[in-house]
Amino acid sequence: MIGYILRRIGTSIVVLIGVSIFIFGLLHAIYPSPAIDVLGDRANSALVAAWNKQNGFDDPWFTQYLRYMGNLVRGNLGYSYKLNQGVSALLGEVWARSAWLSGVSLVLSVVIAIPLGVYQAIRRNTFGDYAATGLAFTVYAMPVFFLGLILIQLFALDLHWFSFEGSQSNSLLSIIVDWHAMTLPVVTLTLLTIASFSRYMRSTAMDVMAQDYIKVARAKGLPERLVLLRHLLRNACLPMVTLIGLSIPALLAGNLITETLFNYRGLGLLFYTALGNVDYNVLLAYTLIGAVLTIVGNLVADIALTVADPRIRLA
Amino acid sequence: MSQLSAGSLPPLDVTRAPEGGAIGPVQSGWRLAVREFAQNRLAVTGVAILLFFVLFSFVGPIFYHGNYVTSNLLATNQPPEAGFPLGTSNQGYDELALLMKGGQAALEVGFFSAAVAIIIGALYGAISGLVGGFLDAVLMRIVDVFLSIPFLFIVLIVAVRYGASVLSLSLLIGAFSWLVPARLVRGEVLTLRVRDFVAAARVAGASRTRLIARHLLPNALGVVIVNVTFQVADAILYIAALGFLGFGLQWPNQDWGDLLSNGVTYLQDGYWWQVYPVGACIVLVVMACNLIGDALRDSLDVRLRRR
Repeated sequence: MIGYILRRIGTSIVVLIGVSIFIFGLLHAIYPSPAIDVLGDRANSALVAAWNKQNGFDDPWFTQYLRYMGNLVRGNLGYSYKLNQGVSALLGEVWARSAWLSGVSLVLSVVIAIPLGVYQAIRRNTFGDYAATGLAFTVYAMPVFFLGLILIQLFALDLHWFSFEGSQSNSLLSIIVDWHAMTLPVVTLTLLTIASFSRYMRSTAMDVMAQDYIKVARAKGLPERLVLLRHLLRNACLPMVTLIGLSIPALLAGNLITETLFNYRGLGLLFYTALGNVDYNVLLAYTLIGAVLTIVGNLVADIALTVADPRIRLA
Repeated sequence: MSQLSAGSLPPLDVTRAPEGGAIGPVQSGWRLAVREFAQNRLAVTGVAILLFFVLFSFVGPIFYHGNYVTSNLLATNQPPEAGFPLGTSNQGYDELALLMKGGQAALEVGFFSAAVAIIIGALYGAISGLVGGFLDAVLMRIVDVFLSIPFLFIVLIVAVRYGASVLSLSLLIGAFSWLVPARLVRGEVLTLRVRDFVAAARVAGASRTRLIARHLLPNALGVVIVNVTFQVADAILYIAALGFLGFGLQWPNQDWGDLLSNGVTYLQDGYWWQVYPVGACIVLVVMACNLIGDALRDSLDVRLRRR
């Protein structure tokens, strides 16, 4: 098992290097130099060339890549010329807000989707199953922002239960207690994730239900509650681990749009603002962070599955 | 017992069928799949919805001439009434005409980008699976690399610079969504290439190109077709997201996401006709594609197919 985990970590590092080269190369090809953004539209070419030379933007791109990675290892993610601040500091200010929003939504969706999927599998082809499937299918086909919009219209504008905007506070503690502002963003992101998770959970639970060990558990007289808890739930949860790892890019995308819609100042909104400003270093840094999160998430999911599932561990 | 020579038997009398139940004619797998599909009511609904939107977007403008070109400041934000069946936008454009125009872009981008993704993905996967060995390992690591990139971020970054037209957006979305089809086709080819008919073709001297084109890809077509429908659905959601964030198609193209984001500004004024019809269009088209995809998967899945 140790050998497998080490090999898996090795692959992840190779993929990580590949991803960083690709992202850096692509962004470099699109935005070779921020000179114009810094010096202004009317800077003449001599000025631009001098600025590029001074800041190392005339080096070959691979040299620039190596320099960027060297700085990155030391915690320096470059400088945002638009916001006049180091990118590391910018990200440091807002990452906790995004982590809170996404983390709470992810935990909620897992906690809701697993029992929902199992319930649908047990009560297959009943009204409850059809209703849940239909709802999940509709939300699954919905753009995040439209879902958020409907929630805003219903619960913020019509019923006045919640705020139509995410919390604007700077302290994480006050964001955590401010459920009035945070409910709608969290619910939007949660519903979106449940819609995709519960479909998988339902079919996995149905596969597990058809297994012989469930029959054995029932045949030996185990109460149905224990059959479900000990045998069905535990086995049906395993593919969930992989699914969570795989859905990180989708979660980040959902986070980006939710934060933009609810004007919640997190990493997603920072990225969105940077898109409009063409703030190269912010775009690069957050895309890299997203890739790292994806790779690490998949790695952790695979290792967790190896540890949890003896069939994989021994294979 | 089956070794009896044909000559010693009397000619078959087809009118006298053997006892023990009716024997149907031999049907091809594809015909079975179509029948299976047609029996699925949800799938037929999906096809009907999609067909409706194709007609609505491409034939509709021939019969309905709404204004979406010149702004009309005397008729902004009009609720649905005689002249404007679905009201007008904040610039006095006719919402129904905008919906039709937006539908064209959504369907075009959806199908173009799915085509791009499938062509790249199928060839890539087929080559990787057929050649195997070191090349396969390298090609699949490259897929891993691409799959680890948060797709929407990259598409947004590129779209800010190169977005704007139906073709460029389709190429962009297609260029970043061939990974799943590549993996699917590779998996399919890995199981197909050890089958007897592929070995027979190889013994008969078929080249690799011929093997891929004549034997592997047609047999992997099932998974590819299923995947196309999901690709179309995803692509439509992607351009809606791009449009909503303000990096979608540029005038004179319209996209549904952009329309929706314009409508949001007026949400609290109660201009529902700028928000809900277009939202419903996106949901319906995407849902139709997903329904068709699910049904196709069921009807093409060999394990479930009735024989």
